[in-house]
Amino acid sequence: MSDLTTDAAAPAELPRAKSDWLPLLLIPALALLALPFVGSPSTWVTLTVAGLAMGMMIFLMASGLTLVFGLMDIINFGHGVFISLGAYATLLVLGPLAGWATADSVGLNLALLLLCILAAMAVTGVAGAVFERVIVRPVYGSHLKQILVTMGGLIVTEQLIHAIWGASPIPIPLPQSLRGAFVLGDIVMERYRVVAVVIGLAVFIGMQLLLNRTRIGLLIRAGVENPEMVEALGYRIRRLFVSVFIAGSALAGLGGVMWAFYRQTLTAGMGMEVMVLVFIVIIIGGLGSVGGCFVGSILVALVANYVGFIEPKLALISNILVMALVLIWRPQGLFPVARR
Amino acid sequence: MNASPTSARALPFDETRRRGGPLSALLSSDRPRSKVLSALLLAILLLLAATPFLFSGSQPVGTAAKICVFIVLVASYDLLLGYSGIVSFAHTMFFGIGGYGIAIALERLGPTWGSAAIGLIAALALSALLAIAIGLLSLRVRAIFFSMITLAVASAAAVLASQLSDVTGGEDGLSFQLPQALRPAFRLLSEPVFGTAVNGRLLAYYLVFFVSLVIFLVLLRIVNSPFGRVLQAIRENEFRAEALGYRVVAYRTAASVISALAATIAGALMALWLRYNGPDTTLSFSIMIDILLMVVIGGMGTMYGAVIGAALFVLAQSYLQVLMGAGSAALAGLPLLPNLIHPDRWLLWLGALFIISVYAFPGGIVGRLRQAKQ
Repeated sequence: MSDLTTDAAAPAELPRAKSDWLPLLLIPALALLALPFVGSPSTWVTLTVAGLAMGMMIFLMASGLTLVFGLMDIINFGHGVFISLGAYATLLVLGPLAGWATADSVGLNLALLLLCILAAMAVTGVAGAVFERVIVRPVYGSHLKQILVTMGGLIVTEQLIHAIWGASPIPIPLPQSLRGAFVLGDIVMERYRVVAVVIGLAVFIGMQLLLNRTRIGLLIRAGVENPEMVEALGYRIRRLFVSVFIAGSALAGLGGVMWAFYRQTLTAGMGMEVMVLVFIVIIIGGLGSVGGCFVGSILVALVANYVGFIEPKLALISNILVMALVLIWRPQGLFPVARR
Repeated sequence: MNASPTSARALPFDETRRRGGPLSALLSSDRPRSKVLSALLLAILLLLAATPFLFSGSQPVGTAAKICVFIVLVASYDLLLGYSGIVSFAHTMFFGIGGYGIAIALERLGPTWGSAAIGLIAALALSALLAIAIGLLSLRVRAIFFSMITLAVASAAAVLASQLSDVTGGEDGLSFQLPQALRPAFRLLSEPVFGTAVNGRLLAYYLVFFVSLVIFLVLLRIVNSPFGRVLQAIRENEFRAEALGYRVVAYRTAASVISALAATIAGALMALWLRYNGPDTTLSFSIMIDILLMVVIGGMGTMYGAVIGAALFVLAQSYLQVLMGAGSAALAGLPLLPNLIHPDRWLLWLGALFIISVYAFPGGIVGRLRQAKQ
C-alpha cells in the first residue's frame, strides 16, 4: 500500500461522511420500550448487556461482508465459511497451548484469546486472498454469477474444512478466567460477553477512524463512489480492492473466533448458520454501510434478547420482523449508501 | 448484468416452427438439439419408466422416485434462475409447504383422496400467496437483495416448521397413512407382471412418475411460450424490456408464482412417496444447495438440464460414495488425500464441478452437448 500512503501529505481536514443520527436513536428507544415489558430493572440491565455483547459478535462477523460490498460491489455468499475457518484456526493455537486455557492467570488466558484471534485473522486473511483470486475475480460486475460462484466456494471450502479437521463437532473450552459472570447486586454480566463488547467496540471505533480519518479510508470511500476516478488519479484500485477483501475475510475470522468461544463447539456449518443473521443485519443497516451494520447488529440482538425473554417462541423469527419493519420505514436500510 | 450466463444461446424460435409433428407439440418445439442429449434423455425416461420392472428391491425404486421429484423441483427452479435470472433461496420453502400440506392433511383428516386434495390445494394457495408477497415486496430491488431476503424468509419458515410442533411435528416430522390404493398391501392384479407385484407401491411410483412427467412438460411449454420469451428478454436486459412496455415486476412475480406452485407439487409428491414429511426431507438448506448444484451442473436456462442434473446428482448421492470409498481405501496411509476422496466428501467434487460450470460452461452439461453438435 506504499503508493497510497507516501503520497503528498494528507490535508489537515479530510472530508467526513455526513452523519444521520435518527437510526441511532432507535437503540435507546427500543431499550426503553422493552423496560415495562421485562418488568424488573435488574433483569432488564442483564438482558441489555447480553444483547449488546451478542450484537458486537454479530457485528464482527458482518462488518467484513458489508465493507467488501461497499467497496467492491461484490456480495460474498461464501462469507460464512470464513467465520467457520477462523473458528477452526483457533485449533492451531489451542493445540500446542492447551495449558494456557486452564492456567489460573487472567494474563495467560487473555493472551491465548489474542493469539487465537491473530491466528484466525492470519488464516482467513490468506484464505480471503486465495478466494478473491480464484473464485471472485473472474465474476466482477455480474451479481448473478457472484452469488452462484461464491455459493460454490462456500460448499467447497466447507468440505475442505471437513477433510482437514474431520466432520464431527469439536468442543473448544473457554479460557478459565473468561468463564462465569460478574455479579453486581441483581445484575449478572457474563465475563466473556464483556470481553466481546470491548473487542467489538474496539473494532468498530478502529474501522470508523480508519475510514473517516485516514488517507486509506478516504480512498476506500472514494472508491465506493467512483472507482474509475480513483484509478484515473493514479491509485491502484485493484490493490485496494484486494486488501479490503483480505481485511473483510480477516474480520470474519475474528468474528468466528468470538462466536466459536461463545458456542464452545466447532462445526463447519456454523458460519452458514449465522449467515442468515448476518444478511439480515446488513440489509437492516443498508448494504455497504459499516455504521448501519453496527446499529443493525445491536438492534437485532437486543430485540432477540428482549423477545426471547418476553415470548420465547417469537424470538427465532423476531429478526425477520425487525427486518420487515425497517424495510418499510427505509427500503434501502437504515443508512442507505449512495450507489453508483 | 449484461453478460448473463446464457446470453450466447440463440432463441430456437424460427428453426423449430417449421417442423411440427406430435413430438414437437409435446416438447413445445424445444427439441434437445443434440444427438447425445436426446439419447441421454431417452435413456433416463425409459429407465425411470421401467425401474420397478428392471430392478428388484426397494432402493432403486426409491432412487428413481427421488429423481422424478427432483426433476420437477429443479426444472421449476430453472424457470426462476435460468430463464428469469432470479436467484431465490426460498425454493425449499415451497417444496416444504407442499410436503407439509399433504402430511398434515392426511394425518389429521384421514388417509383419503379427498384429504390429499384438500392438503394440496391449501398448500398451493399458501405458496402462491407467499410467492406473490415476496415477489411484489422484493423483486423490484436488485438481485442480491432479493437473494438475501429469500434466504432470511426461508430460514424463518424452517424455524417455524420446527417450532410449531403441534402442527408440523417439529423436528420429528409427520408420518401418515396413504389412501387405500397406494398402500403396499393393496393388490391391483392378483398375478405379478414380469415378476413384479402390481401393488399400491407400484401405483404410488407411477403416480409420482406421471405427475412429474406432466409437470415437466407443462414447464417446458411455459418457458417456450411468449411469456417465457418475455422472461428471457427481461433476464437479458431489464431496462430494454421495461422500455418495450413489459411490466418487469409483474412478469417476474408471475414467474416466481409458477415456479413456487410447481415446487409445491414436487413437495407433495415427495411426501406421498415417503409417507413422511419432516424438516430434513423437504425444508433444509442443504436441499436448497443441492437444487442449485443440479440446475447449474445440468445447465441453466435449458429445462433439459434439470433432467440431466437431477439424475446425475441423485445417482451420485446414492452410488458415487461407494466408488469414492474404494478410492479412499486404496490411498489409505497418504496424508490428506484419503480424506479428500472420503465417501462423505462427494459434495466437495460436485461443488468444484459447480464452480467450473459457472465459469467455463455456463450452459452446463446440456449447453456443452448442444455446442458439441454445432
